[in-house]
Formats: sequence, C-alpha cells, structure tokens
Amino acid sequence: MNISIEERLGLVSFEIDNEKHIKVDTSLCSECDEKTCLYFCPTKRFTLENGKIKHDYEGCIECGTCKFACPKGVVDFNYPRGGYGVYYKYG
Amino acid sequence: MSEKFDVIIVGAGPAGSAAAYSLAKMGFNVLIIERGKYPGAKNVMGGRMYAYALNRLIPEFWKEAPVERKVTREKLTFQGEKASFTLDFMDEELREPPNSFTVQRAKFDQWFANKAVEAGATLVPGIRVDDLIWENKKVVGIVAGTDKIEANVVIAADGAVSLIAEKAGLKKFDVKQFALGMKEIIELPEKTIEERFNLASGEGAAQLFVGQCTKEIPGGGFIYTNKSSLSVGIVIYIDRLIKKKIESHNIILEFNTNPEVARLIEGGKILEYSAHVIPETSRSGLFIDGLLVAGDAGGLVVNSGLTLRGMDMAIASGVAAAEAVKKAAEKNDFSKEILSYYEELLKRDFVLRDKETFKKAPEFLQNEKLYTLYPDFVCRLFHRLTLVNGPKKRVFDEILEESEGKRIQMFLDMLRGMRAL
Ligand SMILES: Cc1cc2nc3c(=O)[nH]c(=O)nc-3n(C[C@H](O)[C@H](O)[C@H](O)COP(=O)(O)OP(=O)(O)OC[C@H]3O[C@@H](n4cnc5c(N)ncnc54)[C@H](O)[C@@H]3O)c2cc1C
Ligand code: SF4
Ligand code: SF4
Repeated sequence: MNISIEERLGLVSFEIDNEKHIKVDTSLCSECDEKTCLYFCPTKRFTLENGKIKHDYEGCIECGTCKFACPKGVVDFNYPRGGYGVYYKYG
Repeated sequence: MSEKFDVIIVGAGPAGSAAAYSLAKMGFNVLIIERGKYPGAKNVMGGRMYAYALNRLIPEFWKEAPVERKVTREKLTFQGEKASFTLDFMDEELREPPNSFTVQRAKFDQWFANKAVEAGATLVPGIRVDDLIWENKKVVGIVAGTDKIEANVVIAADGAVSLIAEKAGLKKFDVKQFALGMKEIIELPEKTIEERFNLASGEGAAQLFVGQCTKEIPGGGFIYTNKSSLSVGIVIYIDRLIKKKIESHNIILEFNTNPEVARLIEGGKILEYSAHVIPETSRSGLFIDGLLVAGDAGGLVVNSGLTLRGMDMAIASGVAAAEAVKKAAEKNDFSKEILSYYEELLKRDFVLRDKETFKKAPEFLQNEKLYTLYPDFVCRLFHRLTLVNGPKKRVFDEILEESEGKRIQMFLDMLRGMRAL
C-alpha cells in the first residue's frame, strides 16, 4: 500500500507541454540556506544535484506551493498552457 | 472570438459555475473559461461538501448530482505516540435534510459546469486566461493567448493561486496564509467501506485525525468515504512544514502506515495522488472597477479545525457575485462603488460572517501543542483509565496526575480556543 512518491506520480495523468510552465532562476539558489523547496514540493520536483538545485516541470501537479513558499522568490510560476498539465480523473 | 459578453468568468470550479449558473438564469450572456481539459481536471479537495449553499441554488441537487455518499457519521481521532482515541458521532438528523456529501471533483465540477451550460452559459475548456484588458483603469475583458474578449465585468473564480487577482493588482497572498493539502484515492469495495466505517448503504463517514500524523506540524489528517474508494490525506501549514524540514510527501506516506489508518485502508489500491494549496485568510479587497473575485481566489475558506469549508463558501460567493453583477447591470455601472454590493451580500449571508466569526481560528490552530501535547494527553489519560495492573485511582486523581505541570497552559489554551472557535 505504501508506495514511493515516484510510483504515486505514475498514477497521475498528464498532458505534458513542451514549454516549461515554471521557471526557476537557480543562480540565486546558492545563496539560499534554507532550500525549503526540498521540503514543500509534494511531488519532489526540486532536487539537489552536485550542490545545485534542479527543477523538473514534468510531473508537477500545479499545487501552487512553490509560488509562495520559495523565500527568495526565484520561482516564476505560471500554469501550463490551456489543456496541458495534470488532469485528475478523481480529484 | 470577437464577440462581446456581458460577463466573463475565469475558472469553472464551484465558484465560477455557481456564478455562471446564476447569471445565465438571470438572462445574461455569460462566458466561462477553464484552463483544464474539462472542468474539475485541475481541482482537488478533501472530499466533503456541505450541502446548504448548493441546495439554495439547485434544490435537492443530490438527486441528480454525482455525489458519493451522504455523511451521517463524524469521527475525530486523537493520535498519541502509541495510542489513539476516537470520538464517533452518529446523527440521525444529519440525514434529512442532508448536511454534507462526499464528492469527487473531476465528476462533480463537470456536472456543475454543465448545469451552467444548460442554463445558457458558454463554456470554453482547455484555455488559460493570461491577462486582463484595461480601459481607463477599469477591467473590460480578458486576454488568452492571442485572443482578446471583452465584457462588462470579469469574475475571477480561478482558485487559491489566482493569477488573475494578482493581474488585477489585488494584494498578493503570503505563504503564511496557506495550508498544503495532499491526498490519495484508495479503491475499496463498497461493502468493505460500509463494514469498516459501520455505515448503512449509501451513507458515509468523515474521519479527522489530530496528533502524530502531522509530525508536530499544525494541521491534520482525513479520511472521507466515497462510494467505492476512500479519500485519504493530510492538510498542513506550509510555513511550519518548512521550519521542521520534513518532506511534505513523506507525511502522507507515513499516514498510511499509522496502525489506525492502515487498518481502514487495508487491501485497497491507490488510484490517484493529488495536492493543492488551501487559502486560510481572505483578501483585503474582493472587487475593483469591472472585476469581482470569488471563492478560493478571494481566500474565502473557513477552517474551524473540525470543519474545512471551501466548496460551500465558493458556491455562495459565486451566487453573491452574480447578484452584484445584476445590480450593476440595472444601473449600467460596473464601477467598484456599485460592485461593492458584493461585499455587503457576503456579510449579510454567511460567507464573510463566518470568516469573521472564525477569524482567530487560523492563529489558534497553528498552536503546536494542539498536535502534540493534547492528543498525547488524551491518549495517556485513557491509557491510565483503562489499564488494570494493580490498585486503581479515582478518575479525578488520574486526571490531576496526568495534567501535572501543564494545567495553566491547558487552561490558557482552552480560553484561546473558546475565543477562536
Ligand atoms: C486537499 C484539500 C482538501 C479540501 N477539503 C475540502 C473539504 O473537505 N470541503 C470543502 O468544502 N473544501 C475543501 N477544500 C477546499 C476546496 O477545494 C476549495 O475551497 C474549492 O475548490 C474552491 O472552489 P473555487 O471554485 O473557488 O476554486 P477551484 O475549485 O480551485 O477552481 C478554480 C478553477 O479555475 C481554473 N483556473 C485557474 N486559473 C485559470 C486561468 N488562468 N484560466 C482559466 N482557468 C483557470 C482552475 O483550473 C479551476 O478549475 C479542500 C482543498 C484541498 C486542496
Ligand atoms: S527555496 Fe527557492 S531560492 Fe531556495 S533553493 Fe529552493 S528554489 Fe532556490
Ligand atoms: S506547483 Fe507544486 S507540485 Fe509543482 S513544482 Fe511547485 S510545489 Fe511542486
């Protein structure tokens, strides 16, 4: 019953856009001590690789948290273009 | 599209569809634009809608709407470290008239938007509204990609993040004003659900969890029974989560393994995972010249700890927005002076009144002790009262002993709770 976040995301339906809907200016991330994005994102879209923050827009379920919770405000949040992105079958 | 509409509504969630339905019934030429492939495609909720607001708009809606179960059983579980304590409330009077229903948004939102279409509104799904059109500092329409569409008034019913309210220049929300909700749908046979939750056929339960499940982060867990699935999830305050440095998705993962929860979901299959932010405080302004903000976009959610109400507030605010537009149309004046009638209606009705009544609730509910000290206290006290391993003390003495050193704190929190809730 207890499945990892990756497996969970496999259960969600997406229409992936080739355009990124969330842009993260990671150049400012090195100055960010908290790195709160590693905790708040419910789909683990922010990862730390070789000391650098990486954001993967595919698999984002558009919850809105990163728009408000990044302390440096480097997350440029928009929704995917109409019709794209997550589509819940139950919701 | 070069047509002009009387009203453009951004978002076909409950707020948008309620406004569209009301306006179409009044005879207005209404356009609703929804960015999802279909209404509900993007929308998440725990699972229970209080019936009152929609029943006023569409009497006995449950006879036709895709509702899951009528909630007749309310459970509240305090989770201590090793024990849990559940209050189980069954009320015949929650049956008729029905107090609340569990719903699944993908189905429900499509039904509701379709009601607006049947009433005469035009629905365009799969389009994202990007911006507003301005004329002399008044909103006079919307921009979607390369399309520009004009209207006398725009209703921003675009949910908690509300990029449109931001475009309108209304004050931005701050992270402290949000909770994060995560949930999963777990499939189980109808009969199993009814047995596990002790339910009559077609009836449902809502179970809230307070304590260990949120890892000392203010918030709670929930299970709502659908027809043949459970909605299982967690709501937590984001700024507190960040401080604790716990990965949000692990909290819901662990919730499933809590013995009390594990028994209820045993043998089930996870069908979907979802998450969304929930606004906890309302915006300071809900209208400007040519634009009204309804539902979550205006922060119109009331969380009293025991009840989380966003759907009914969204519906009631959508209806109030429609009434305000009607008044403005009668005067052919869509300025903020006339549209302020919206706020008057929200105060007269329950939306802003309830927000006012529970305005201290978010602050009170962020008190960490509610999620650590008290659930643990209740569980340990019952442990003392139920354990037989030698001479027993009087109940009152057990209470005094268990509360030793915490009594003043508890008394103060109780006073605060009484003021806030
Ligand atoms: C986990 C969780 C549990 C909850 N539990 C409950 C509960 O048990 N009971 C309850 O009453 N409430 C609950 N809520 C709150 C409830 O979901 C909301 O209050 C309710 O959905 C608000 O309705 P709305 O119409 O204002 O916004 P939404 O339902 O968010 O609808 C907004 C719509 O606008 C669309 N949209 C957004 N931007 C654009 C754009 N630019 N262009 C076009 N379309 C756009 C969206 O796709 C969406 O369809 C819960 C919320 C969450 C996240
Ligand atoms: S929280 Fe924001 S600034 Fe900090 S590392 Fe993450 S994205 Fe960068
Ligand atoms: S919107 Fe939500 S799911 Fe998507 S990246 Fe931001 S926090 Fe993660």
